[in-house]
Amino acid sequence: MGAGGLGPPPSSQQAYFEKIHMLKLLLRRVGLMIPTFIGATLLSFMFIRMLPGDPVLLMAGERGMTEERYQRLLHEFGFDRPYWEQYLDYLWGVMQGDLGESFRTKVPVLQEFLTLFPATVELSLCAMFLATVLGIPAGVIAAIRRGKALDHVTMGTALVGYSMPIFWWALMLIIVVSGMLQLTPVSGRISFLFFFEPVTGFMLIDSLLSDQKGAFLSAVSHLILPSIVLGTIPLAVVARQTRSAMLEVLGEDYVRTARAKGLSPFRVIGIHALRNALIPVTTTIGLQIGMLFGGAILTETIFAWPGIGKWMIDSVYSRDYEVVQGGLLMIAIIVMVVNLAVDLLYGLINPKIRH
Amino acid sequence: MKKFAIAVAAGAMALGVAASAQAKTLVYCSEGSPEGFDPALYTAGTTFDASSRQIFNKLVEFERGTTKVAPALATSYDVSDDGLEYTFHLRKGVKFHSTDFFTPSRDFNADDVVFSFERQRVKDHPYNAYVSGAAWEYFDGMSMPDLIKSVEKVDDYTVKFVLNRPEAPMIANLAMDFASIQSKEYADKLAADGKMELLNQQPIGTGPFKFQAYQKDAVIRYQANDSYWDGKAAIDTLIFAITPDASVRYQKLKAGECHVMPYPNPADLDTMKGDGDVTLLSQEGLNVGYLAYNTKVAPFDNVKVRKALNMAINKEAILDAVFQGAGKVAANPIPPTIWSYKADLADDPYDPEAAKKMLAEEGITSLDMKIWAMPVQRPYNPNAKRMAELMQADFAKVGVNVEIVQFEWGEYLKRSKEVDRDGAVLLGWTGDNGDPDNFLAVLLGCDAVGGSNRAQWCHQPFEDLIQKAKIVSDTAERTKLYEQAQVVFKEQAPWATIAHSVVYMPVRKEVVDYKIDPFGGHIFYGVDLK
Repeated sequence: MGAGGLGPPPSSQQAYFEKIHMLKLLLRRVGLMIPTFIGATLLSFMFIRMLPGDPVLLMAGERGMTEERYQRLLHEFGFDRPYWEQYLDYLWGVMQGDLGESFRTKVPVLQEFLTLFPATVELSLCAMFLATVLGIPAGVIAAIRRGKALDHVTMGTALVGYSMPIFWWALMLIIVVSGMLQLTPVSGRISFLFFFEPVTGFMLIDSLLSDQKGAFLSAVSHLILPSIVLGTIPLAVVARQTRSAMLEVLGEDYVRTARAKGLSPFRVIGIHALRNALIPVTTTIGLQIGMLFGGAILTETIFAWPGIGKWMIDSVYSRDYEVVQGGLLMIAIIVMVVNLAVDLLYGLINPKIRH
Repeated sequence: MKKFAIAVAAGAMALGVAASAQAKTLVYCSEGSPEGFDPALYTAGTTFDASSRQIFNKLVEFERGTTKVAPALATSYDVSDDGLEYTFHLRKGVKFHSTDFFTPSRDFNADDVVFSFERQRVKDHPYNAYVSGAAWEYFDGMSMPDLIKSVEKVDDYTVKFVLNRPEAPMIANLAMDFASIQSKEYADKLAADGKMELLNQQPIGTGPFKFQAYQKDAVIRYQANDSYWDGKAAIDTLIFAITPDASVRYQKLKAGECHVMPYPNPADLDTMKGDGDVTLLSQEGLNVGYLAYNTKVAPFDNVKVRKALNMAINKEAILDAVFQGAGKVAANPIPPTIWSYKADLADDPYDPEAAKKMLAEEGITSLDMKIWAMPVQRPYNPNAKRMAELMQADFAKVGVNVEIVQFEWGEYLKRSKEVDRDGAVLLGWTGDNGDPDNFLAVLLGCDAVGGSNRAQWCHQPFEDLIQKAKIVSDTAERTKLYEQAQVVFKEQAPWATIAHSVVYMPVRKEVVDYKIDPFGGHIFYGVDLK
């Protein structure tokens, strides 16, 4: 660094360079986001238009419409203009924070997104929590008991979980747990007995804020089955990943040393081995969060969960261009921002990456 | 302990419905989300269920459970002798809803009626384009812009509609959802506040239920309108719990999380019939599913060929396989729930041998044809691909080789209209206003060739009958004309009529006096809970 070999650099100077580096990193990452962002707008714009199907004709249905009226509507919706013009118009709107209005509901796309997104986040977080809390211990146990019955049972179950058709699994759970055992409600986010205006959009928080007795418990009971369904595949993945990472670590010299030192098995596994094994597991968990959006579409439809998965699917069916492109773009932006945050976080944690 | 607490909470919730019987809360597990709450902007039944069918009234309305038109916001009407002027006498003392977001200062009057129609009709009306792409789909689709010359206020409680030509189905049209009466006072207030779009999000009507809140894709809540002109609804709170999956809806019904559910899975019907908590109501739907030949293209321009093919189709097998019993063989182009339905019209018998012979007489021993199968599910055809496959097998027995074609839905609708289309099209229709004209003229009239007349069939004797029936206002006389038209239709066989669906509606035992709406709507005024 600046101070060269003349002894340890003054700490303020080092901090200064560190800051410059971080700023550079930040600028570089943000700079990279611009082309990615434009690419995302273009892809989201093109994706829905590549599907066959004309929204105006779909709107008319069996009734149909005269050619004159069809042309007039095409013009009113702006679909008769060349694609590049529609795209520039869209891009211009996006720059100003306007994602357009839904063709079906006539409500601004951004407003709909913000209404529905918290439900998806709430469900995804709960599912991920479940996957992590159950998946890591399962993986650890399987690794310790490698080759024993418990290992086979755990990994066999994980494989079944991984290959489970979400739709079937959800219905089975509903029929058995809600229908026969009556332990949880069938679907929805909260019982209709409770009614309050959403504040944050997160039902767990809103139900607490509402001060209505039993509302929070009702919200929790509604979350159980969808979280299990959505969390099943990530749970299986996390368990398998934990097992293989643990096996690798358990064979390392330092673990043998720790054992030789006479540390308790708990310390050896819990502190020395698991900590290191968690690094690849964390990466897997991160990747699974992206995959959750895919699973959320089915889970939301079955459990009547008002999130963005179902919203996007409905919009694709009705060729609601603005919603599909706006929704995709919002998801892309969120993924980009999360990635940026993760990159910066790595930078803070691990000095090697900074350089 | 925690598990126990959750189980108790869930149990309490399941019992919620039973407990709410005293408070009279009815929960309806609806199949989808409404697009908005201004019914005139839309055409989907799901949207009408959430808006016009609970919140609004029309000048005239269909009597619940029938296709008969009865007085509503108009107590009576007169039609001029030339059939061009309809004068409506309006009901006095009707209140618009008072809610958190609007308090009306006056009763319903003629201004509201004029506003409700003029906004759809007059292109430079401030509310004509109050949301982007306001298309007034039904108003235009029912040819109202060509038909209505003017809507005039005669005095506060009299409104006159002047038409450009006589049109007997006019009254039935005014009972449709697009004709819902909005409050002009509310619309003016929204316009003054610069919030016109709220007309589609926070509706104000005169109907039996007041809109309370909508949580998108989750729940819609309504309260009974205490000052409803026809008497307060028996239930106090109405809740739509939006539940897209049919199996889940049934589980909710069983668990007591809702009282009424639409569109059950055909596979669940047998279980429902044996379910002690559930009453399974059923009624024939106001629809028809058909196979339309292209009567402009040889050899389908030959009546005998069409008749022969009709005789080759095993409709009973189709009903079993495609409708799983939830249907009835169709002989007529209109469903049995519509007046003028000719019950004694004989269907073409299923007789492949005779069909083969008839084709041979016309010089056809082998024939290649296409059958178009729709890519979507409809009540009148739950699985068009399967239906086409069954027909393919039936036709093969009489020496006709069928190729099945499919397109994306929008494309399907567009291409099937083309006059020189290659192939016969599977399609159907659900009635809008319960008038036979809505089937016979829309689907088989000469004007509709190249449009909704998929058979491209223009047959003068038939056309004369339906045109005459359009201008005669006497229902008995119209009935005769439509009966004759059905006979001509059957002789000429532009379609193979396949089925009318049967609508099933499972409701919980404690639901009293729920009636299936022939239009496919779900109406909760008049329904009570034990």
